[in-house]
Amino acid sequence: MSDIVKGHLKVYLGYAAGVGKTYRMLEEAQEMRQKGVDIVIAYFEPHGRKETIAKVEGFEMVPRRVLEYAGSQFEEMDTEAVLRRKPAVAVVDEFAHTNVPGSERVKRWQDVDAILKAGIDVLTTMNVQHLESLNDQVFHATGIRVRETVPDWVVDEADELVFVDLTPGALRNRLERGVVYAQDKARRAMENFFTETNLTALREMALRHTAHEVEEKLDAAASAAETATRAGLPGAASGSAQPAGRTERILICLTGRPSSAILIRRGKRVADYLHAECLAVHVGEEAADREAVERHMTFARNLRIETHTITGSDVPRAVVEFARSRGVTQIFTGRSAPLPWWRRYRETIVQRLVRQGRDMQITIVAERRQR
Amino acid sequence: MRRVQADERKERRGRLKVFLGYASRVGKSLRMFDEGRRRKARGEDAVVGALQSGVTPDIQEILSRLEVVPSITIRHAGRTYDVMDMPALFRRHPQVCLIDGLAYDNPPGSRNPKRWQDVDELLDRGISVITAVNLQHIHEQQDQVEAITGRRAANSIPQEFLHEADEIEVVDAPPDALLDRTGGGNMPDPRRLAELRELALLLAADVVDRKLQEYLDAHGVAARPGAQERILVCLTPRSNAAEMLQSGLRNKLRFHGALLVAYVEQPNVRPQDREKLEKHLAMAREMSAEVHCLQGADFVGAILAFAHEQRITQLFLGHTGSPGRSWLVRSPLDRLIDAAESFDVRLFPHGGSK
Repeated sequence: MSDIVKGHLKVYLGYAAGVGKTYRMLEEAQEMRQKGVDIVIAYFEPHGRKETIAKVEGFEMVPRRVLEYAGSQFEEMDTEAVLRRKPAVAVVDEFAHTNVPGSERVKRWQDVDAILKAGIDVLTTMNVQHLESLNDQVFHATGIRVRETVPDWVVDEADELVFVDLTPGALRNRLERGVVYAQDKARRAMENFFTETNLTALREMALRHTAHEVEEKLDAAASAAETATRAGLPGAASGSAQPAGRTERILICLTGRPSSAILIRRGKRVADYLHAECLAVHVGEEAADREAVERHMTFARNLRIETHTITGSDVPRAVVEFARSRGVTQIFTGRSAPLPWWRRYRETIVQRLVRQGRDMQITIVAERRQR
Repeated sequence: MRRVQADERKERRGRLKVFLGYASRVGKSLRMFDEGRRRKARGEDAVVGALQSGVTPDIQEILSRLEVVPSITIRHAGRTYDVMDMPALFRRHPQVCLIDGLAYDNPPGSRNPKRWQDVDELLDRGISVITAVNLQHIHEQQDQVEAITGRRAANSIPQEFLHEADEIEVVDAPPDALLDRTGGGNMPDPRRLAELRELALLLAADVVDRKLQEYLDAHGVAARPGAQERILVCLTPRSNAAEMLQSGLRNKLRFHGALLVAYVEQPNVRPQDREKLEKHLAMAREMSAEVHCLQGADFVGAILAFAHEQRITQLFLGHTGSPGRSWLVRSPLDRLIDAAESFDVRLFPHGGSK
């Protein structure tokens, strides 16, 4: 099994439904098919869009699997059938999709991972707002909390990312003409999500994210080349090597409070951009919010953050001591709940953290609630 | 009054749409002519005003379905040039004109030295234009492009022309696809192409950001933090300025964000403090940070107002580590943290002791 080379993943990234991701993906898939590549459609969501549907002509389609849930029938990609068919390339629409309960895997990106691991290349589509690290930013800019998310590392690991662009004006025209959704749904969409400002903000996020991914790939290639040079010529390249930028280490203070999710996303995003290591710590005592803490710890681990639980009656001191022992340069924390005026003679946790951690940087993350 | 006139002018003026690519052969021209074809199919009166040499078969196929206003051939100094037939286009006066090669230079003696000026004239006469341009032809980007490729295109358009466009659309493709398509002859290598690609995406993001701000301003919507990280470093004479600024610069570079520096003017500053502050600010200017001097008796209020106005996402502050607070009175730091709804506050210990 282990000698199978993992398949190549290509993601078509858009900023909203209707920009033409699936169309562009199918166009390239058609080119491959005409060149004789063994390519199948593993999952395709037509949304009743005529021009897109015309693009699936001539393809072999792997039939979907029908699942029964809560008295209704749902159709999902039949991953096992795709694996049995074992084409060279599989087309899988809607990467961020969450499978119906009872499916083998919770998320479609996990299905895609299984397909890749079998040595099959995958073409897939997603919108920028499904990226976990942008969830709060999207909410702040648009007022919409996206539920279906994909951890950033999954997209980072894609071999290719292509930005599919369309101007917001053109997209709104498409909506008006009923190309994207049926007329009444389109009208509602234009008043809510598909406003000029929302679309523009999302488009900018997608552009910046694609630029970031391109840069990350360049950096990775450069450091791989540097390592190779060093291996070939011992000591020769070390003089000209860039000053180490990887010394930063970020520690996220995790609690059971709901704002911890924001804190985790933000801390991880900053760490990723700065190429810093990222840890999370919880000072465990109150049993009351045990469940919430556990949920946040799992969430952090899913984003590939190393998590720790420590004990100590003085929370700020325990955090700072842990931070020092791990060479942390920056502590990320949420705001303390404001104290009532008659208790203001006491310091909040953040104030104590600031006082204890005189030798390190402390970042108080905003909740970015208001629009 | 001026605003009304500007609006009226804008109303009469044609709409400009630009397809932006990061290198030749990403497929800009194809996308542009395909849009012309679709518009014509929807009933718009679209014609072709200018072509580039080396038309590929797929573009040829689209062109066969569109009306082309032939360009005129001019001989100058032993070379032949294709120039748009402006009088013919004015007479024909289509709704939409498709113009490839926006950065083209007309030969000496032409109506306008540059094709983008021809486009400007068409727009002024109420003809909408769809056109395509490459990153290497945007004047303000040429230093960076040259740093990547070692080459500099002779002809260019001002970036402002891009900002004034009603719409720009990015034509993106992975570098490998370009090399497959062309066999790689005379093209930069994949690494250089990737660098150009990043530059084009960031340029588009900046154009889009400016558009969004203009839209919000025009509709009286208060500024709010957007997709770009904007870092504000607040300095005082006691700040550990070197560390704060270096960290700010690193954030700016990694996020492709903006770095701003502010200090709040205080009365009765001691000369030695003034000197320290000036040193800090000189350091900031050296990093080409935008330096702002804020006025206001209330330090916190001045910083908060400025941070909101500037759509700041990260605020850097120095701290002593001592509480510095008295009975029932919130310290400035506490007040700032309480009020920071839309940006993170990063605290840096005052240096010196370490």
